[in-house]
Amino acid sequence: MAEIFTISLIWSTIRLTTPLILAALGGMFSERSGVINIALEGMMLAGAFTAAAVTYAVGSPFVGLLAGMGAGMVIAAIHAVACIRYRADQVVTGTAINILMIGVPGFLSGAFFLSSGSTPQIPREQLIPWTPILIAFVSVPITWYVLYKTPFGLRLRSVGENPEAADAAGLPVTRMRYAGVLLSGILAGIGGAYLSIGQSSLFTRNMTSGRGFIALAALIFGKWRPVQTMLACLLFGLTEAVTIQMQGVVKLPSGEDIPVQFIHMVPYLLTIIVLAGFIGSSRPPKALGIPYQKER
Amino acid sequence: MLELRNITKRFGAVLANDKVSIVVEPGTIHAIVGENGAGKSTAMRIAYGFYKADEGDILVEGQVHNIKAPHDAIALGIGMVHQHFMLVDTMTVAENIVLGAEPGSAIALDLAKASVEIRRLSEEFKLAVNPSAVIEHLSVGQQQRVELMKALYRHARLLILDEPTAVLAPQEVEEFFSILRRMREQGKTVVIITHKLTEVLAISDEVTVMRDGRVVGRLQTRETNAAELARLMVGREVLLRVEKTPAKIGSSKLRVRNLSVTSRAGAKPVQDVTFDVRNGEILGIAGVEGNGQTELMEALAGLLSPSQLSGEIRIEDRDITREGARLRRELGIAHIPEDRHRRGLLLEFDLAENSILGVHYRPPIVAYASTFFDHEAIHKRASEIIEGFDVRPANPDLPARALSGGNQQKLIIGREFKVDPKLLLVSQPTRGVDIGAIEFIHRKLVDLRDSGCAVLLVSAELEEVTSLSDRLLIIHQGRIVGEVDPKVATIEEIGLLMTRGH
Amino acid sequence: MNLLRELLFPLIAVVVAFLIGGILILLIGDNPLQAYGLLFGSAFSWPVGVGYTLFYATPLIFTGLAVLVAFRCGLLNIGAEGQLYMAAFATAWVGITFANVSSWLLIPLCFIAAILGGGFWGAIPGVLKARFGSHEVINTIMLNFIAVALLSYFTQYHYKTPGDPIMQTVPIGEAAHIARLGKFIPGLPEFIPLNLAFVLALICCGLVYLFLWRTKWGYELRATGTNPTAAEYGGISVRKQIIVAMTISGALAGMVGVNEVLGYRYRYYDGFSDNYGFTGIAVALLGRNHPVGVIISALLFAILQRGGIPVDAFTEHVTKDIVQVLQGTIILFVAAEAFFRGPFAKFGLLKRSTV
Repeated sequence: MAEIFTISLIWSTIRLTTPLILAALGGMFSERSGVINIALEGMMLAGAFTAAAVTYAVGSPFVGLLAGMGAGMVIAAIHAVACIRYRADQVVTGTAINILMIGVPGFLSGAFFLSSGSTPQIPREQLIPWTPILIAFVSVPITWYVLYKTPFGLRLRSVGENPEAADAAGLPVTRMRYAGVLLSGILAGIGGAYLSIGQSSLFTRNMTSGRGFIALAALIFGKWRPVQTMLACLLFGLTEAVTIQMQGVVKLPSGEDIPVQFIHMVPYLLTIIVLAGFIGSSRPPKALGIPYQKER
Repeated sequence: MLELRNITKRFGAVLANDKVSIVVEPGTIHAIVGENGAGKSTAMRIAYGFYKADEGDILVEGQVHNIKAPHDAIALGIGMVHQHFMLVDTMTVAENIVLGAEPGSAIALDLAKASVEIRRLSEEFKLAVNPSAVIEHLSVGQQQRVELMKALYRHARLLILDEPTAVLAPQEVEEFFSILRRMREQGKTVVIITHKLTEVLAISDEVTVMRDGRVVGRLQTRETNAAELARLMVGREVLLRVEKTPAKIGSSKLRVRNLSVTSRAGAKPVQDVTFDVRNGEILGIAGVEGNGQTELMEALAGLLSPSQLSGEIRIEDRDITREGARLRRELGIAHIPEDRHRRGLLLEFDLAENSILGVHYRPPIVAYASTFFDHEAIHKRASEIIEGFDVRPANPDLPARALSGGNQQKLIIGREFKVDPKLLLVSQPTRGVDIGAIEFIHRKLVDLRDSGCAVLLVSAELEEVTSLSDRLLIIHQGRIVGEVDPKVATIEEIGLLMTRGH
Repeated sequence: MNLLRELLFPLIAVVVAFLIGGILILLIGDNPLQAYGLLFGSAFSWPVGVGYTLFYATPLIFTGLAVLVAFRCGLLNIGAEGQLYMAAFATAWVGITFANVSSWLLIPLCFIAAILGGGFWGAIPGVLKARFGSHEVINTIMLNFIAVALLSYFTQYHYKTPGDPIMQTVPIGEAAHIARLGKFIPGLPEFIPLNLAFVLALICCGLVYLFLWRTKWGYELRATGTNPTAAEYGGISVRKQIIVAMTISGALAGMVGVNEVLGYRYRYYDGFSDNYGFTGIAVALLGRNHPVGVIISALLFAILQRGGIPVDAFTEHVTKDIVQVLQGTIILFVAAEAFFRGPFAKFGLLKRSTV
């Protein structure tokens, strides 16, 4: 067993954790403001596609990264307007965005690159394998600081817990929520960009393959708190890294491969267990999912 | 200090404020009194920017201001403590107080500085709040002080308090009033919304009386008295009396022995309550709202989990303490709940579907294979209720939401009467119901009692419980603190029991 | 008036989504009329287009009904995807294990397997919600992933033909096959996989309608959905209703397994579902959570799916991804219905009084 716990495993864990941390922190800003964000997946896809397409076109991964952030934010803006302005069901809207974002990159790549759902290869020297990792891990303490040590964080949390109280205290509830959701789009956008121009060198169809949902799981597992959420992401990243390393390397005594599927399930099972209150209680923001509407 | 000029506000078809004008002099305590629904809170919420007036002006210190949102009001030195506290439970006192007016810079919240200021204000007004406590661990009284502190921290010169004493125990009320007096000494202006006349007389300098969305009087407190205020508030001299013959009391129907209720949060809203309700009588329970009446009725109706109950509830000789709502209904218990929107109605469902709630699984509603509905039977039942209880509009296909409060209440009462109850649990039967319907409902309750049914009545309207009940229990802090004969007891006597406990 | 309103907003949503799709097509340099012409032309061509459209509609009717039943109980089941996978595998397992049993017994057994498989997977989040209060949305998402992983394991390690490069089980016994409709309808070729499951889907619509609006159980379920505290007051056990609704919902989603395994591929094929579960949300929502609406909107989405293929093939730039774009846009607009209300929204808001 020893051969799997190597430097390469640690490195692989960090790489796999990076997009999760970015998306989960994004989810945190949105959900702490009271807006459920199951559209993280869609926001990541938007970021991944746009970053790859723009990097390919312009040749600069940093421009690509910025574009990815922008794309995540645009998608977040759609989510925000639907949920906040028009009080749509937040889960349904998120689902719609996820479906939409399976289609849009494919649609655009068909138009621009005459491909079916992927961008062309980006040269190696135009990738940014390090920057997003740095951003992800630096974002954790920053998010903690912003949430707990700044007026903005206090206001954001109050809006997610009791929007009426925030309103009575003279705060612009809807504006705070917009801010929360848009921030989540930016972060998820970076997370997506890392997948396409950091980890690999092109966008492929549905390349997030559920990472947005794992990030959401990590957010719940981490009880909507930055440091715990990062640890949850690391745990989930580690399980994925172990899965990859074990494939074909470690055999069961009978000589068969160890079924990786069971390791895949770990994050999801843990989330269900923690949500049921078996490992401490995970209390969501009180106003999560409830549109704020006041009588005028 | 504050002046409302000809404020008009409609909610849909309801005229909540009709050309309301109120003048509040600086440095005074100004009471606004009126019955539930008179429009007091609406007027003050407009002044605070929570609602927008359809017409009229708001003047602060003689200047017309356009108050669009609470932060405009806060900037003008207006603070408001709402009836339901506006606090974030999971945050600390200091965080709640500074929210929206944070000290320090945009990138660094300075809670230490805030705590110093909070302690100073706490000294000055003798509020005794600990800045680092978490709100959900505080008592209601303490939470109220946090609300006051929020306004003071924002340098409010005018404080609007919406029914501040509704949640306080009598001892706390006195303490609270001394805080208000201290504020007046410091030059603050206070507006207190209430419907309790004793409090108006005890604390205010001036009083504005409202009725049906209009201002019907503005008086100097020292030149008026309770009788005059009551007349203005109610709009008629004579008090409500219900015609009824002496009760023909039978044997005990409901026997409650040492019943206690533990809330999910661990509080004990009902403690060691014992009483009987007998066939053919109306037993009333009077008390200040929030003294355990709600929990008591829910416990009797089978709406609380058995693990929350201790003691015994019996129907005649049968112990039903651990039984659910369905079996209790089958034993002849009907229930008119205090909150018709939360408990009583399926607002999106039509009247026909609402008319069968609770009996929806039994014949004749269910006809085929004891599974399928008999639509004719349902419509027949609905029509009978609509007709017998004068529900308008008389259309069983209309959603319950489309009815006015009074008609919704008549529908519920009709439904519960329709099962020929042996025991009726009824809470706040006439809340938010117009005067004509009130008399109708009272009549029906007396008729039911005359037919031999046992009736347990809870009402926050003292007049209602005293005039309807044959016997009257007084509840205070979850305990029964006395029984009086409603025919001879005076309001003062009952009021004393309700507030002091002895 | 009421019916008109019910129909109006979904219709507007669809039209606006098509307009937006058209603009996108125009922007990338194709002719939207040509694209939409291809889309509808192919979906409505007899017999192949119609046959496939109805075939695609079948799973969507089931998942739409599944979402509808949960929704009527106030629950959002976004786990139909996992439930239908579990059911399909259970169906295949029975079809493989009892391959030699006669049709008369095997087909009902397979049906029961589908119902139990989907129902069980739906009941889990129901129980978790009733018992621990944990939110069904998160749990159903998690269970989707768990189902996929679990079944991929069983397929790969236990039920695959050794050496088969495709992730699929061995075929089920022929006795378990259900008839394709081509067998009964003249002119409809039998290679089109439209099968008896489509008829079953229509029957399920009727049954769901009867159940929800004509029985005491449906009443209890709907009462719980519209106001749980009032349902409790009426002697209805809210916890029980949550479990019942999720179980029925899962079982309905599970009927997709009948279509897929007994009527189409005759085996379990890993990852067969083309987002049926998620599209089911759209189907239910667009169909106003009514069985008839579900049929109509399932047909619409099936048309898109079928029509996407020739659009992909015969236009220069437009790919079949236009289908997801349209779907997503439609759901978005249906969800944010207030967007179209404009002044009505304000009016509706004012109608609720606080005093």
